[in-house]
Amino acid sequence: MGGEVVHALRQLSLEIQRGEYVAIMGPSGSGKSTLMNLIGCLDTPSSGQYELNGVQVGDMDDNQLAAIRNKEIGFVFQTFNLLARSDALRNVELPLVYAGIPSEERRQIALKALDNVGLTDRIHHKPNELSGGQRQRVAVARALVNQPSILLADEPTGNLDSKTGSEIMGLFEQLFRQGNTLIVVTHEEEIARMARRIIRLRDGLVASDERIGDSKIPEQTAGHPGTSPAAGPRSLTPGSSLA
Amino acid sequence: MNFLMEIREGLDISWDAIRSNKMRSVLTTLGIIIGIVTVTLMGAAIRGLNTAFSNSISAVGTDVFYVQKFSWFSEDPWWKVRNRREIYLADGQSFMRNANPAWVTSLESVGIATVKRGDNAATGVVLVGTTEEEPVTSSLNLSEGRFLTAAEVDGSRPVCVIGSDLSTNFFPFGSAVGKTVRINDANFEIVGVLERRGKFLGLENLDNSIYVPVTRFVRRLSFFPGIRIAVKVGSLSKIEDSKEEVRGVMRKVRRLAPGDEDDFGVNSLEKLIEKFQQLSGIIGSVGLFITGLSLFVGGIGIMNIMFVSVAERTREIGIRKAIGARRRTILLQFLIEAATLCLVGGLIGLAIAWTAIFAVRTFLPASLSPVIVAVSLVTSILTGLAAGFFPAWRAARMDPVDALRNE
Repeated sequence: MGGEVVHALRQLSLEIQRGEYVAIMGPSGSGKSTLMNLIGCLDTPSSGQYELNGVQVGDMDDNQLAAIRNKEIGFVFQTFNLLARSDALRNVELPLVYAGIPSEERRQIALKALDNVGLTDRIHHKPNELSGGQRQRVAVARALVNQPSILLADEPTGNLDSKTGSEIMGLFEQLFRQGNTLIVVTHEEEIARMARRIIRLRDGLVASDERIGDSKIPEQTAGHPGTSPAAGPRSLTPGSSLA
Repeated sequence: MNFLMEIREGLDISWDAIRSNKMRSVLTTLGIIIGIVTVTLMGAAIRGLNTAFSNSISAVGTDVFYVQKFSWFSEDPWWKVRNRREIYLADGQSFMRNANPAWVTSLESVGIATVKRGDNAATGVVLVGTTEEEPVTSSLNLSEGRFLTAAEVDGSRPVCVIGSDLSTNFFPFGSAVGKTVRINDANFEIVGVLERRGKFLGLENLDNSIYVPVTRFVRRLSFFPGIRIAVKVGSLSKIEDSKEEVRGVMRKVRRLAPGDEDDFGVNSLEKLIEKFQQLSGIIGSVGLFITGLSLFVGGIGIMNIMFVSVAERTREIGIRKAIGARRRTILLQFLIEAATLCLVGGLIGLAIAWTAIFAVRTFLPASLSPVIVAVSLVTSILTGLAAGFFPAWRAARMDPVDALRNE
C-alpha cells in the first residue's frame, strides 16, 4: 500500500502514509496555513516538490490543480463554507458536478454521503436552517463525496461548542477507522490529541513529529475506496518561501 | 465536466442568483428592457414601412412607366424645366398611335372633387380622368359592373366607375351600377364599382376615388389641361430598353430634333423604390444607432451589477474553486448569469414592444417579424455576454486562497 510523504520545510521532509490521522499544530505565523494550502493544492510551492499519490503537483497549472482538488482533496473549514443558497443535498453534490457525474448518479452518491454523516432527514435544509454541528456534517459529507485521498480539515471545531465539537471529532475517528486519511490543522491540544500523529510547526520548521496511540489500523480494514492500488508516495519539499 | 453540463449548471446557479436578488435584478434589467423595446420598435417601424410600401407598389407593378412633364428625381435646375410644354390629351393620343402594340397605355389626369348623391356628399374624392386600359396599368379590379369603354372615352360620355368607399357610403344596401352621382352638378352614370384596395403606405385611402373618361375630365372637370401617360410594357427583363423605347416614342410625339433635350420625364416606380429604400436605409441605420445607444447603456448597467455580484460572492467563488471548479466553469457561470439577466430583459422588452405594436397597428404600418424577435433576443444575449465578460474574467482568475479568506 502506498504511503503519503510530506518532505517538510527547510531541511526536513514529511511523509504522510495513506490511512494516517495527522494533526498539524502551531502558533500563528508558524506556516501551518501555508502548509495546509500546499497540501490542499490551493497553492503551489515556489520551490521544492510536492508529490501526491506519485504525481508531481508543484508545477501544475490552475486547471490541473482544480481537477486534483476535486478528485484527491476533501476540505472541511472552520466556517463550514457551504453555499448559503443551496440545500444540503445540493452542497454535497457540488464536487460531483465538477467531476462531471450525471445528475441521477450524483444524487444517489450524495444521498449516501449524507446518510454516512447521519443527515438523511436534513437533505433539503439550507445551511441557515441547520445547526453548526449539522452544517459541519454537511461539509464533511461534501468533502468525502468524491472519495478523496485526503480529508483536510482546518480548525473543524473552531466555530462549534464543545459538545458538537466532540461529535465532529467522533465522526472523524469513525472516518479514520473506515480507512480515510485525515489531516487536521488545529491549535487546540485537545483536538490534536484525537489524532494518531501530531506534527508541530514553529517558524516554518517542523518542531516535533510524534506518534501516539494505535497509529496503524489493520490494512484489511482500510477499505477506503478512493485509494487506488497504484498510488505512490506523497512528498512535499517546500522551499524557504514557507518559512 | 462537459460543456453542456456546465451550461446547465450555470443556468441553475444564475437563476438562483437572479431570484435571490429580485429587486436588484429587475432594476438592472430595466436598462436592457428599455434598450430592447426601442430597438425592436424601431426595427418594426422600418419593416412595417417597407412592407406597406412594397405592398402598395407591387399592387401597381414595377413595369409601368409614367411619361410626365417632369421627372420625379430630376437633377436639372428648376429654371431649366419649368417652362416645359404641357403634355396635352392630343400628345397622349398621338403617343398611343405610335406606341409598341405590346404595350398597354392609358392617359390619366387627377384632381380632387366633391361627389354628390341626393343630399349626401363625399368631399376630397380623388377624381381620375382616364382611358379604357386603366384597370391594366393601375391594376384595378372591379367588384361590380365594368370599366369605362373605348367608345365612352372617345365620346367623353358622362359615365363613371366608383371606388368601394363611395359605393358603401352612397349605396349601402343595393347595387350602385346604373345609378347616378353628381360631380360639379353634372350627372354621371355609374357603370362599375372597384374592389376594395386599402391604403397606400397604410395612410392614403385609395378607395375614396372616382374614374371618368379623361376626355370629359380635361374638357369639363379640370382647370388644368395636362395629363400623364401610363405605359405598362409588360416585361421586367428589359426594363431599361423599354424605357428608351418609351422615350423614343415620346420624342417623336414632341417632334424633338436629335440634339434637343427631352422636354418630359419618363418615371418608373423602380426608381421610386430605389429612392425609398435609400431613405429608409438611412433612417433605419441612424435610428438603430440611436436606439442601440440605450441598449449600450443598459449593458453598462449589467456590467456594473455583475462586478458587484462577483465581489459579493468572492467567498462562494473560493469555495467552488476549492472543491474543483475550473476557471472556465467560473467564467461560464458568471457569463451565463449576465446573459440570463439580459435575456430576461429582452423577453420583457419584446413583450412590451409587441403590445405597443399591437396597439398602434390600426393606424400605423408596423409589424414584428420572427426575424426581429430573433435578432432582439440574440442581441440581448450578446449584450449580456459582452457586459459580463470582464466581471466573469475577474471571478475566474481569483486565487482560491485569497477568495476563501474574503469575509
